Amino acid sequence: METPLALTVGVLFACGLYLVMQRNLLRFVFGLLLLSGSVNLLIFTVGRLTRGAPAFVPSELSTPPGDVSNALPQALILTAIVIGFGLVVFAMILLLRTYERLGTVKTEELSAHLEAPRPVPMRHDDEAPA
Amino acid sequence: MPGGDRVLIAVLLAFGVALAAPVIVRVAGDRSGWVLALLPAGITAYLLSHGSRVAAGESIVERVAWVSALDIHLSMRLDGLSLVFALMIAGIGTAIVIYAGGYLRGDRQLPRFYLLLLAFMAAMLGVVLSDNLISLFVFWELTSITSYFLVGYKHEDETSRKSALQALLVTAGGGLAMLAGFLILGLVGGTFEISELLSDPEAIRGHEAYLAILLLVGLGALTKSAQWPFHFWLPNAMAAPTPVSAYLHSATMVKAGVYLLARLSPALGGTPAWFWLLTLAGAATMLAAGSLALLQRDSKRLLAYSTLIALGTLVMLIGVGTPGAISAMIVFLVGHALYKAPLFMVAGSVDHEAGSRDVTALRGLGRVMPITWITALVAGLSAGGLPPLFGFVAKELAYEGLFENPLLLGALIAASAVMVLIVYLVAWRPFAGREIHAPSAPHEAPLSMWLGPALLAAGGAVLGFAPWLIGDSLMVPAAAAVLGELHPFRLYLWHGFTLALGLSAVTVALGVVLVWRWRPVHDALRSRTLGWTFGPVGGYDALMAGLVRFAAWQTRVLQSDDLRHHMTIILGFTVALTGLTATFRGELAFDLRHEAGYFYEYIVLVLVGAAAISALRAHSRLVAITSLGVAGFGIAIVFVFFAAPDLAITQFLVETLIVIIVALVLIRLPRGSLRETSNGSVRAIAGTIAVAGGALFTVLTLAVTALPFDASLTTFFEAESYPAAQGRNIVNVILVDFRAIDTLGEITVLAVAASGAYALLRRSFGRRRDDVDTEDRSDRVHVERGGGA
Repeated sequence: METPLALTVGVLFACGLYLVMQRNLLRFVFGLLLLSGSVNLLIFTVGRLTRGAPAFVPSELSTPPGDVSNALPQALILTAIVIGFGLVVFAMILLLRTYERLGTVKTEELSAHLEAPRPVPMRHDDEAPA
Repeated sequence: MPGGDRVLIAVLLAFGVALAAPVIVRVAGDRSGWVLALLPAGITAYLLSHGSRVAAGESIVERVAWVSALDIHLSMRLDGLSLVFALMIAGIGTAIVIYAGGYLRGDRQLPRFYLLLLAFMAAMLGVVLSDNLISLFVFWELTSITSYFLVGYKHEDETSRKSALQALLVTAGGGLAMLAGFLILGLVGGTFEISELLSDPEAIRGHEAYLAILLLVGLGALTKSAQWPFHFWLPNAMAAPTPVSAYLHSATMVKAGVYLLARLSPALGGTPAWFWLLTLAGAATMLAAGSLALLQRDSKRLLAYSTLIALGTLVMLIGVGTPGAISAMIVFLVGHALYKAPLFMVAGSVDHEAGSRDVTALRGLGRVMPITWITALVAGLSAGGLPPLFGFVAKELAYEGLFENPLLLGALIAASAVMVLIVYLVAWRPFAGREIHAPSAPHEAPLSMWLGPALLAAGGAVLGFAPWLIGDSLMVPAAAAVLGELHPFRLYLWHGFTLALGLSAVTVALGVVLVWRWRPVHDALRSRTLGWTFGPVGGYDALMAGLVRFAAWQTRVLQSDDLRHHMTIILGFTVALTGLTATFRGELAFDLRHEAGYFYEYIVLVLVGAAAISALRAHSRLVAITSLGVAGFGIAIVFVFFAAPDLAITQFLVETLIVIIVALVLIRLPRGSLRETSNGSVRAIAGTIAVAGGALFTVLTLAVTALPFDASLTTFFEAESYPAAQGRNIVNVILVDFRAIDTLGEITVLAVAASGAYALLRRSFGRRRDDVDTEDRSDRVHVERGGGA
């Protein structure tokens, strides 16, 4: 089952990469979403797969009986899902503000709003009035 | 160790006084030159007190551990060679510090000036006293940096700033090469201690890295000592105030390269490569400087070219390396310091009191500046190599040291003839004559400005009559330190009617011809070479301009303002480098024969992949967001299949929230297709990177799953979850118990993101509500258009 999962990881990752290289910022955020899903699935897969035995300790025992699913990658992914959620929501709202402020969500139109750097005036510390 | 760490203390004390100098200047006012001169005078006296021990062949060695693990120590070594250099630095330093007090009298930046000048002196002492390559390098770079600030002292002036930067880039660039050379030298020799390296020269000369060491260290020494083709920074450094030119750029800093070559010659010298590198550089410097000097009429620039001639002579003599040449090198070094520093100070005094450095604009100053003129004449006769001065003794020795190399001797004679011309232009022409010509009403320099140069020039005269005063006590031990063994020699003013004397006469005769024909030659050269940039300077300028152009180009290409560009470059490099590393270094063994799954598992995975592709290809925002939702829910179902209920629940929840939030935001964004009309090559590049990255991740996943599984952490958590933390859901126990701090960090991140989002939204809604907002109209128009979408 690892091979199809690995292929899914690859497809998700490729689609995510392609989307973050687009000029519409909305697609950029969609790409972020796919990338984070892809990486979560990758961590899950390399932590090995177990069917039908969640990582619980039954009420009458002090350790799980036999093989249960690997709890460690799950703990990591749980954190990653939540952080990814925070990231995507923040990016969406930033996108909204950007559009309201500058009237576009296209990267090349946004960069046109950047001011050209001005030359920094030379400072003469010693020329303060004596 | 008798005497403890006193040499080191002397150097550190000099740094301490340098730091205190601004305060001392504020207290001592106009007398600060005299007060501060006590430091170099004291160091001179301290060094002289060791003279007899060093003359007896002893070396005073001290070592303070610094970075012991790397074999870097603050080792100090006072032997014959160090003593001569240290005496020059401290002795001439005394004269310079006093002189600067008069020259820069009333200057508002005097505190800063003395801080830098004394710090330079301390660093320079550190260079010549260090017995460790790394500490020598540190002091060496300190001299480059203080020199940068001193050349750029008049920082309002663009030429000053440019010259300072040029001097810094050339010398510090050479310094970097030198550091590389030092590191190789230290690895080859097994130590960074110079005295230990010198004790086993065959190990270095015979090593295959010898040539690399020689070239790298040589690059450092030759740039510092302004050898051709790096000579151009020195005349330009004349933008510095005259005390700096006299001290750094004639007597001390430019001699650091000479010192380094002399210091390392027992280990690196005596090979054909050494001989050719140094003699060619030295001779080329002499000849180039000699010809370029004919173009000059600024007294300081003239003296700068004469310094170049002297530096070339010294490097050439080290390259020849015979006992005669090395003895001559040491004597010439001292002779040059004794006449060049006073000549510079005289030129500065004339500039200061008569208002010009143009030797053609000045006449008759001797009538009003008699002491300065006498000083100039005595120092000038020494510089011209005329008896009965020390410069004559030095030049005769140099001629004798080159008898075996007639071509080099010829170059030296030609350069020495130019030296005679320079002396005439600087020390005779402005002073002689009945009528006074000067831009401002000239008058004699004050005591502080004539005492130092007069004493130094007098020293040259006394030593001319009695060279034996320093012969056995200083010169012979110094030459012995360079040669690695004692070669006694005697210094005489009168050698009898020898070949060297005849060559001296020829030199003077040539010089007189140059003096006689100077004006027409000078004028002709100047008119013809107007606008012609000499090779190496042009090379430097082209290099600097090219550097700036390259920086602008790569900033434009790599750091475009466009986010898409940025992402493409970063991701492209990441994928390419990771892929290459994985291909060539990684062990990407994997097999595809995994156990088969259930058909519904395959269906869900296909659905996830198809949804992702659909999100990619969607024109409509609704299709895109639906596809993303399908992909997310599909991943959640995968978590369900493989016994991860917590993940599945969270993923369902998060996916739902995201779809809702994205939909809410979309309402306020403009309609229109998500897909854009970008050109084919852009799409192809992005597509290539994306496909390569996806393939990389697939391979990575397979390769990692093919590795043996290490379950030790998981086993620990399974065993300890209930007994230690009283929790039956192991995933939750890890999050809230074993890794609770991580979870706290995660909560913090979410809180920060949420408050950031809230702040953004508040501004957004606040703006919409407030109709009397003073923001510009266009802004609000966008808002309303967005709101209506």
